[in-house]
Amino acid sequence: MSYLDNILFAILLIFGFGYFYGSVKKIRRNINLGTAVNRYDNPKARWANMAMIALGQSRMIKRPIAGLLHVIVYLGFIIINIELLEIIIDGLFGTHRIFAFLGTTYDVLIASFEILAALVLIAVFAFWSRRNVIKLKRFVSSDLKGWPKNDGNYILYFEVVLMTLFLLMNASDLHLQNVPGGFSHYIKAGFFPVSQFIEPIFNGLSNELVMVLYEVFWWLHIAGILIFMNYLYFSKHLHILLAFPNTYFADLHPQGQFDNLESVTKEVKLMMDPSADPFAAAPVDENAAPAKFGASDVQDLNWVQLLNAYTCTECGRCTSVCPANITGKKLSPRKIMMDTRDRLEEVGKNIDVNKGIFVPDNKSLLNDYITPEELWACTSCNACVEECPVNISPLSIIMDMRRYLVMEQSAAPMPVNAMMSNIENNGAPWQYNQQDRLNWKNEN
Amino acid sequence: MSENLIVPTMAEMLAQGKQPEVLFWVGCAGSFDDRAKKITKAFVQILNRSNVSFAVLGTEESCTGDPAKRAGNEFLFQMQAMMNIEVLNAYEAKKIVTACPHCFNTLKNEYPELGGKYEVIHHTEFLKSLLDDGRLTIEGGQFKGKRITFHDPCYLGRANNVYEAPRELILKLDAELVEMKRSKANGLCCGAGGAQMFKDAEAGNKEINIERTEDALETKPEIIAAGCPFCNTMMTDGIKNKEKEGDVKVMDIAELIANAQDL
Repeated sequence: MSYLDNILFAILLIFGFGYFYGSVKKIRRNINLGTAVNRYDNPKARWANMAMIALGQSRMIKRPIAGLLHVIVYLGFIIINIELLEIIIDGLFGTHRIFAFLGTTYDVLIASFEILAALVLIAVFAFWSRRNVIKLKRFVSSDLKGWPKNDGNYILYFEVVLMTLFLLMNASDLHLQNVPGGFSHYIKAGFFPVSQFIEPIFNGLSNELVMVLYEVFWWLHIAGILIFMNYLYFSKHLHILLAFPNTYFADLHPQGQFDNLESVTKEVKLMMDPSADPFAAAPVDENAAPAKFGASDVQDLNWVQLLNAYTCTECGRCTSVCPANITGKKLSPRKIMMDTRDRLEEVGKNIDVNKGIFVPDNKSLLNDYITPEELWACTSCNACVEECPVNISPLSIIMDMRRYLVMEQSAAPMPVNAMMSNIENNGAPWQYNQQDRLNWKNEN
Repeated sequence: MSENLIVPTMAEMLAQGKQPEVLFWVGCAGSFDDRAKKITKAFVQILNRSNVSFAVLGTEESCTGDPAKRAGNEFLFQMQAMMNIEVLNAYEAKKIVTACPHCFNTLKNEYPELGGKYEVIHHTEFLKSLLDDGRLTIEGGQFKGKRITFHDPCYLGRANNVYEAPRELILKLDAELVEMKRSKANGLCCGAGGAQMFKDAEAGNKEINIERTEDALETKPEIIAAGCPFCNTMMTDGIKNKEKEGDVKVMDIAELIANAQDL
């Protein structure tokens, strides 16, 4: 064999991983546009959370049908990728089934890859039907018009193609292994519980032709994997990687605990300090960013919220349990995440074309993507947070944007303003005198 | 009400040099809302009957700031929090019980960082501990065999993982506890949270409390039990909307216990 194959393979690999590295760098840069938040505390609980939710899929299986199907595809993804190691070694060094020396272990491995590949095909067909035939509500909602809908299907087609190529590759290999007296370098190796049923399709073809077909399947399979890997960045499918950091860096506080804005604490403490000089010049803090309360654009959100946006795979479980959405309001927690990612991508592209600097584009996440009407429909019930299989919090983004509306723009709905002035004036959301707080004691 | 309520204030306690076992945080709804005041009184009756040494802040209590915070007004929230913490710390409050899950969540989770560190429990948890310690005994009484469904308040359930205490109390009444299709961690909001209580809903095709009331009515209950004054209002309105107020009552867990005891 000439070295042309190996060189070609190395080039393919370098190009595939090189382009992917570029995308990863872009994602990192964009996520780091977010503000700081400390999520490095308590590593033990964080690893445990990741093990349970990302690795263990504990929240996926809350919906048994989708959960089971997903676990199949997930296991297929993880386990079949072991095969990738062999493919890469074979490709680089011109070997064939380098791990065949493992004997029985190898048989078990190949057999489990095959069974998983078949199960993945079945699961993918079920997923496709749920989107395109059964038309489950969360897959046909207005959030998914256009690209998101196609994207969802493309990913499924990709998986069908990859699994089929994998099985065809094995079937043609098996066909050559079975040639009486052996054929070329196709040694007896592996056990093929699924592709043995595909193998007969090669009957009647010349061994040389089957060998060419094997090579074609082999190359298309690895090329397909590299293309799919690079497709991730352009699709909703990044969750297969980001689910892990996303669950690790999740907010581990009780869901009811919203963060207390530190910048506000400072101001409030100053206001309540009787010894503070009201006319003193504000202390100069070199590192202080210009004070802005809440979020109107992606750069005001913290980096975990931006990581959330890249991690979202648009499954829509959040929206399907949102009380506002269920009752016909415009709010859709999934759309909050999709909008955040779309805007972040837009800001990222702006930075790319302007040589590393963001040039204001007169747009923002608020209004151009997410309207106040959506934000005010939220009941802060945490159903979306509870439901997300990968610990995304649409609620935290909604709250930060409300903070901007209220504290920067004084743009709360009138009755909410009335409620707030009541609290300010008489310590209750209604117009009752604080001095009457104990009157109930003597009422009948 | 057949008996006079004994409701000492923290100020009175301090004047006598006493520290109560627990501070009862009444909350704005519990202090001012006509329906919620009944819950407050029912809870105090039980406390009186069980000889619990407690006190309220009375006129020194102020909104925790929860609705302001959920509306996005962090300034107002933290102002309220700091003022309340000053008062609570001045009285050296250690343990706080409240019948409002919103006050409960805020006091428990959001005050510590601002200097207010207390043991905070919801009244259903407190009632359960009274039962467990034998300080309160209840028999089924009038609720024996009644179908009761419990609506999980978001800020008690999902927000703080308290699901069992209210259910165990219902079971102690010898009642038949029936679960809605959406319950516990999957419970549906009543529609009042996140400052929605104080504004009109955005345009949609249904009110959230109607959706939730339908969940409850599907269980064919005689009583919808609540653990939050705001949920109580929303569910009561939902029942009225469905013209079921003759058949189905909305009651707080504290009222169930107080009535079972026939206080």
